[in-house]
Amino acid sequence: MTITTTDVQTPPNASSTPAKNRAGDRNFSWATRGAGMLILVVLAGVAAFLLLESLPALSADPADIEGGEGFFAYVWPLVFGTLAAALIALIVATPLALGIALFISHYAPRRLSQGLGYVVDLLAAIPSVVYGLWGIQWLAPNVRGAWQWLADHLGFVPLFTGPASATGRTLMTAGLVLAVMILPIITAIAREVFLQTPALHQEAALALGATRWEMIRMTVLPFGRPGLISGVMLGLGRALGETMAVAMVLSTGGFTWSMVTSGNSTIAAEIALDFPESAGLKTNTLIAAGLVLFVITLAVNMAARRVVTRRQAFSGAN
Amino acid sequence: MTTDAVPATATGTLTHRRLPRYAPAVTLALSAAVGAGLSAAVGFSVPAFVVGALLAYMATITIAAGVVEGRRKAVDRLVTSLVYAAFGIALVPLTSVVWSVLANGLPRFGAEFLTTSLRNVTGLHDQQAAEGLAPYIGGAYHAVLGTFLITALATLISVPVGLLASIYLVEYGRGRLARAITFFVDVMTGIPSIVAGLFAAALFGVLFGVGTRNGFAGAVALSVLMIPVVVRSSEEMLRIVPNELREAAYALGIPKWRAVVRVVLPTAISGIASGITLAIARVVGETAPLIVTAGFTSSINNNPFADWMMSLPAYVYSQAMRPLSGSTPEPSLDRAWAAALTLVIIVMALNLVARLVARLFAPKNSR
Repeated sequence: MTITTTDVQTPPNASSTPAKNRAGDRNFSWATRGAGMLILVVLAGVAAFLLLESLPALSADPADIEGGEGFFAYVWPLVFGTLAAALIALIVATPLALGIALFISHYAPRRLSQGLGYVVDLLAAIPSVVYGLWGIQWLAPNVRGAWQWLADHLGFVPLFTGPASATGRTLMTAGLVLAVMILPIITAIAREVFLQTPALHQEAALALGATRWEMIRMTVLPFGRPGLISGVMLGLGRALGETMAVAMVLSTGGFTWSMVTSGNSTIAAEIALDFPESAGLKTNTLIAAGLVLFVITLAVNMAARRVVTRRQAFSGAN
Repeated sequence: MTTDAVPATATGTLTHRRLPRYAPAVTLALSAAVGAGLSAAVGFSVPAFVVGALLAYMATITIAAGVVEGRRKAVDRLVTSLVYAAFGIALVPLTSVVWSVLANGLPRFGAEFLTTSLRNVTGLHDQQAAEGLAPYIGGAYHAVLGTFLITALATLISVPVGLLASIYLVEYGRGRLARAITFFVDVMTGIPSIVAGLFAAALFGVLFGVGTRNGFAGAVALSVLMIPVVVRSSEEMLRIVPNELREAAYALGIPKWRAVVRVVLPTAISGIASGITLAIARVVGETAPLIVTAGFTSSINNNPFADWMMSLPAYVYSQAMRPLSGSTPEPSLDRAWAAALTLVIIVMALNLVARLVARLFAPKNSR
């Protein structure tokens, strides 16, 4: 970027006659600054209101909180469910997204790949409630058999303890819906950075006799790694905070290690399901859970930014 | 004369031996047969067939390439088939989403659906309709109206704030405040939508009494999600306006604010408009914040500042999760799908508009 407006702010003759302090200029610059400050105020307001409204729950008598054992006993199964669903989504979506991005950027015919790029962008825009509806109506009945099989054959693993849910509305299904939702997001970012790999690097690798995969491993992947990581982190942030898909697909319940029976819940789903009918201390408890979610996603986003900025120094981008 | 030459020259060519061009196609056909056989052995099902054929193909092509072409080519072939497989696997859910929305949504979608509300429609109507005794009634007019009003209000709040803040960042901002805004806008893009909803609910609860739900609260929640998107995209667009344009304007003696409003903004307006459209498309489908701020209703509500207000995403959610008639949920599910189709059409149209705006109003002599 070569935008430097500071050097043109003062006219050349500033030393002899100072520029007139125009009212329009002053008002406009204050308006823009005010808008910027408003954003900071809003964010501070989000944090302040969440804190203020969650204080009653944090300081309440443990027996009054749902479950009767205090706020942290209430919230940790939700945190577990949130992390588990997001983790399932990431494990499923990351390799697939990498494959699709490579397919679009380096394997598909040029004309096809541009159209596919548009389609992926459009899929990323589909509202989450539509994915939720699809998950409950199409995916859950179709994967029911697979969970039954897992419970029958791998039931000794705590994660697959039976009996498998008869409706298919399990945390595993919710994780799969999340995976489908974040797939276009990760793909869009990965494709973008893969396409920016300098053509000279790729041609040099091919000229040395590399196969296509060796070329990709030597030039495209190292170049695109920061972008890929930030895409995955963005997907993780989305999966952690995603509400509707989980609220609709998962048949929520108490904590269980098994991913293939109904049970477990996530913070966001718990809020969406219970908040509209909540009152009194329950409202405060839910807002406190929202605060926990806010802190988790904040930590993920900041970690993502740190990873990206540190990796960028070693990438081919500069 | 001894003829113990290396294999390459023995075959009279300088290149390494390669599999024939038709090898992948033949292998694929054979693997399909193998996959059919394998899946038939465990009771035929489409997923088992596909998985069996895929594994058979990958194993065959890798081993064949390993024997004929060498290890490096074998790895290349394996990765190629993995990439194609990843693409194919990902197509299944994604096409199925689009297909389910179209197939399930189209039967109930239409003018009648978009122009009637759900007021006084009860589970009894649904039961009679399912038994064929009465026509299907009940639409989503109130939800479309609510979505329109809430999104319009959110846009009215977000666009001035976001645009002005991005102008500050690009044209004025230096030092700590600008850095803080940049950082916190990044933080804001990561706020989960439900947390934004909780914020608005808590804010309106404190200001107007606990349990206040109306369209305006929903608009505030959506603004929290929309402002950072607007700031981000507008900032990017303003930054690519060539500096020479600003300098030319200053050289003519124009005040800075007029240079920004009359020169910089018009140059970047296509990108800004397209970014704003995409931001609208992003928030129009947000469900979670509206559930906790705007509530549900089955009646038409024209006033976003009072009473509960339905929106399309909330309509999809409530029809799917709480059908009007518990015993015959199908009519409600049909309505949910039709509303989902409406929502998808709106989002797609907004995306198309954004693309068209960016293309049609692009500055003629842009670099």
